[in-house]
Amino acid sequence: MEVIAKEAVQQALDQYVNKDVYVHLETTNGAYAKHFDSNAYNVGAFIRNAKVSYQRAKIVGDNGSFRVGLKMDIGWIYAEGVSDWEQNEKGELLLAGHDRDGRLMVALQISERPFNY
Amino acid sequence: MHKHVVVILPHPDDESFGCAGTVAKFRKEGVPVTYLCGTLGEMGRNMGSPFFANRETLPEIRKQELINACNVLDMELVMLGLRDKTIEFESRDEIAEQIKQYLDKIEPTLVITHYPEYAVHPDHDAMGAAAIEAVKRINPEKRPEVWAQAITNDRYDVLGVPDVLQDVKDVFDIKLKAIECHASQFGGMLKKFKENAATTNDEEIYERFYREEFYRWKF
Repeated sequence: MEVIAKEAVQQALDQYVNKDVYVHLETTNGAYAKHFDSNAYNVGAFIRNAKVSYQRAKIVGDNGSFRVGLKMDIGWIYAEGVSDWEQNEKGELLLAGHDRDGRLMVALQISERPFNY
Repeated sequence: MHKHVVVILPHPDDESFGCAGTVAKFRKEGVPVTYLCGTLGEMGRNMGSPFFANRETLPEIRKQELINACNVLDMELVMLGLRDKTIEFESRDEIAEQIKQYLDKIEPTLVITHYPEYAVHPDHDAMGAAAIEAVKRINPEKRPEVWAQAITNDRYDVLGVPDVLQDVKDVFDIKLKAIECHASQFGGMLKKFKENAATTNDEEIYERFYREEFYRWKF
């Protein structure tokens, strides 16, 4: 993955507008958060291969940390803290945010075909 | 002496971090060891440090790391094809039956797995519970011994002193090589360990890396 170039990512998001796409959305602080710090909470959520369609997409932010919003007919998809991106050889658009140790904290991925499951 | 040992854990790297020393000791004695690995760690958040994997490339990378680690440990590998983070939501009965099929074929004298409810990660707890259920379904006269690994901070308070204490310092070079195979997962941690190991020899490092502990499961 590479550091997000805002305009390139905006173009990549736009290519899926009004198409049926599969979304992977995820956030996590790991399964060991509470194990290593009793005051911490284990929190995470993911959805893999939600089939959706969005009418507008926008990436906003600066200083290397961005928010992405996808506007659907009846709701929204939102991710905060994405910093890196890649469009891989399968045509999947991968956006992710990592902490200073390279650990994934948030991911938003869009593809016209289902992600491996 | 054991005839065959089967290790049943959910993630690539659980074997290297958790019981590689014990596996290496058995292999030195000529005891065959088979690893039934539940998932490919598809949902791991460690992507290397600095990161080189992403959510979609991680499974293949971890699969190769797993194969390499099993080669280092000279341990047979079976991948069960479950998915990271989902084991507790699957049918325990089906997973137990899947495991039992391998156990019936291999006829191990010892099974190593996680201690259910004391293994921190939900996949560890669920995989351990399914493994123990599988062993329970074997006739008592053919039933292998089970060594269960507990990880929770309260394990000594609740479960007492572990029944099996393995000092693996003499095979630590092999264990370290196995851990090093999992570069996407332990890059950062290994660097810290090597820095610390050069200057200190404290109890924490000893406990974490040189000692492997298990509770004998009572059926």
